[in-house]
Amino acid sequence: MKAAVIVFPGSNCDRDLATAFAAAGCDVSMVWHKDTDLPAGVDIVGIPGGFSFGDYLRCGAIAANSPICRAVKAHADRGGYVFGPCNGFQILTETGLLPGALLRNAGLKYICRTVPLVVATSDSVYTRGYDAGDTIRIPIAHHDGNYTADAATLDRLEAEDRIAFRYGANPNGSARDIAGILSENRRVLGLMPHPERAADAAQGNTDGAPFFRHLTEALTAA
Amino acid sequence: MKARVFVMLKDGVLDPQGAAVQHALGGLGFEGVEGVRQGKVIELDLAKGTTEETVREMCEKLLANTVIESYRIEMA
Repeated sequence: MKAAVIVFPGSNCDRDLATAFAAAGCDVSMVWHKDTDLPAGVDIVGIPGGFSFGDYLRCGAIAANSPICRAVKAHADRGGYVFGPCNGFQILTETGLLPGALLRNAGLKYICRTVPLVVATSDSVYTRGYDAGDTIRIPIAHHDGNYTADAATLDRLEAEDRIAFRYGANPNGSARDIAGILSENRRVLGLMPHPERAADAAQGNTDGAPFFRHLTEALTAA
Repeated sequence: MKARVFVMLKDGVLDPQGAAVQHALGGLGFEGVEGVRQGKVIELDLAKGTTEETVREMCEKLLANTVIESYRIEMA
């Protein structure tokens, strides 16, 4: 199973994400933002956390219009898998692959700590290793993680079981405690918390390891 | 020629920065500030003949996120 991790100027979780994919058994390649094509046969694209393009204009706005993002959109349109933690989630909303937007945290502070995260659905390759209702502990590190969308969109996300994770204790004002959402075909996941920062014993927390392990198993079997 | 683009959070979208500015003004003793919304102004130097329609396209594609923001263009 092949994974590609995109690298933008200002990405800072690209290697963490690549390491987590590799530890789960993926064959990982790094792809520069100016490239126009993904490597052949890529199953999943990782859009890493960080501060792509210095968060200029809006978080993720410049990255979403980079050459590689056209290839990522085409990959998603073909039914390919895309996982975007943190800045990756912001980029995915800016590309339109996921609905809504991430606003400044309601408390205005940058928040960097480990938070309880409740699995809201097990119906996705990302969450199949957990049961709905499970609580795991995963780090967050963001200034703009306050998810918002209009009420009709939020209702639709809930009706279609597309909320993947909710905060156990809302840290940032996010609408309906949303921490991560799935695309309509359930193959694109945007998530503010960082499971790749909790995937190895050396990180002091392995609650994110099953995320990558079960994801890799599912895509390898497919 | 120049264009100015004013980008604001839409009405109804919580603006925590505006709320903090309002709070700070109150702390400085300014009374009667009933609301603050913070946005941004983007100035564009444009080749002669660039149309407002083109600037609108720039807004839709990049300068504003129309999920949460509205924009206004002034051509000068």
